[in-house]
Amino acid sequence: MKICVLIKQVPDTDSVIKISNDQKSIEMEGITLATNESDSYALEEALLLKEDQGGEVTVLSLGGESCQQVLKDALAKGADKAIHLDDDDYKDLDILSAAKVMVNVLKDKEFDIIFSGLQSDDIGNAQLGLIMAELLDTSHASLVMGTEILDEKTIKVKQELEGGWFQWSELDLPASITIQSGLNKPRYASLRGIMMMKRKPLESIKVSELNLENTSSKSFVHKLYIPQKTKETVFIQGSADQVVDGLIEKLTNEIKVL
Amino acid sequence: MKIYTFLQQNDGKPNRNSLEALAAAQQLAEQTGGSVSAIVFGSNIETITDYDLAEIIQLQNVELENFNPLAYVSAFENLINAENPDMVVFGHTYETRDWVPRLSARLDIPFLTDCIGFKNEDEFVFTRQINQGKINSDVKTTGLTIISIQSGAFRLDSLKSGSASTREFTVDLSGISQSIRKGEKFQEAKGSVDLSRAEVIIAVGRGIGKEENMDVIKELAKALNAEIGSSRPVVDYGWLPHEHQVGSSGQTVSPKLYFAIGISGAIQHQVGMKSSDNIIALNKDENAPIFEIADFGVVADLFEIIPKLTEKINSLS
Repeated sequence: MKICVLIKQVPDTDSVIKISNDQKSIEMEGITLATNESDSYALEEALLLKEDQGGEVTVLSLGGESCQQVLKDALAKGADKAIHLDDDDYKDLDILSAAKVMVNVLKDKEFDIIFSGLQSDDIGNAQLGLIMAELLDTSHASLVMGTEILDEKTIKVKQELEGGWFQWSELDLPASITIQSGLNKPRYASLRGIMMMKRKPLESIKVSELNLENTSSKSFVHKLYIPQKTKETVFIQGSADQVVDGLIEKLTNEIKVL
Repeated sequence: MKIYTFLQQNDGKPNRNSLEALAAAQQLAEQTGGSVSAIVFGSNIETITDYDLAEIIQLQNVELENFNPLAYVSAFENLINAENPDMVVFGHTYETRDWVPRLSARLDIPFLTDCIGFKNEDEFVFTRQINQGKINSDVKTTGLTIISIQSGAFRLDSLKSGSASTREFTVDLSGISQSIRKGEKFQEAKGSVDLSRAEVIIAVGRGIGKEENMDVIKELAKALNAEIGSSRPVVDYGWLPHEHQVGSSGQTVSPKLYFAIGISGAIQHQVGMKSSDNIIALNKDENAPIFEIADFGVVADLFEIIPKLTEKINSLS
């Protein structure tokens, strides 16, 4: 089974986000970067499938040079090959254009399954997996919480719906599947894995050197800003004892639950 | 501006988020001097004829009776190519997330998901939340555009009533691929925790750090006679069962007090709890989005505050 996992490097969820002076991008200085959370679960699902079915896992990331780190982490966990699409001189792709760039590299590789996280923790388009399915003419399923290979041409997936409902679906392979977090327990890299990683292939391709057509973006960031509060929050400040007294006062007199 | 909006039906009723998208479409039409057409799959349209619409466009086809993403994409592809709307508006539902991105790729047109609004200042822009609600992003597009509207971003009581004529649009979906086969929907065994009836909910997030720390939360909940809720990561890590989860993929609650501890407040969590009567948020990050909707806020290390608070409450009774 040939599996590809699309991985994005994003600001760590605890990062304090600041807006750049141009008001169109995030200030990257001082930000801790990490693997997008649902992508970690997608990678784990791919590694579990490989262990069960045999085959090979390729990881791909589109981004600046720093995103080689998330690829190295994936190789250390057990992925076999990595492809870095370096967009340092080809920035500001919208999601449809970014997908076209990835398809340009993946179209001849005949993957049985392309896994991705259901959405990125930064931009949150929640579209990539389905766009890939359309451009590569495969089946798809989004928000997947479980997978089971039925035979060499079919995979069964458990999809999450709203309000605690689920649905099983069957997909013909090849398929593009977007993974919801929580369906497995992403592993840590072993020491041996980290040593092995150094010998695994990590190919870096400059996006500007690809032979691309029709990849100009059709949506553009106009302005970023900090959202206005919808509520005036009363902050309770001071030492720990003062905060506790403040909370007791609110719980007793204003909220009336004590 | 010619605006098309899709009314997703579930169990014969229009989906709530779809109706909110219709409200958004009506406001878009008002701002741009445009018209709104509602697209419906199937025969059941009685429930939507009372809204102010230019028309209802009905697509009746056996392939559209049950959700098949590929049939839905083809149906809309046919409709849009035949009628050239300027904008297509959807609710950001779990179902539309499973087919509309594919429509965008098929037509090679931009799709802005999970929009919370739009405005016409120096340019016409749509607003999205990025970085888990920490930042708003105004986005502009060129040409025919698809947008989807975040659940709860537009109010149902802003829907304008009126009347609408109905016409049919015929599509031939006989050759549609069956490579995606949807099965029965099901619910997993319901747990014993019914958060919707709780008066006080102590909700815990990633900030609790590890499973062994959960006792800090359990003791406070006991002192306040509260149920325990959680954000998604706590359930993903296996520190609490799924039945405690609040948010778009968990329960929706509106208790007298929602006390969010170590929860940053991603949009998916907020939609499940923002209508609570009182919200107290405790987080070490003063920029956490949870503070945008909190009545009372504490910026502190939860381990310095919560055990002391529990002790104090216990000493009062």
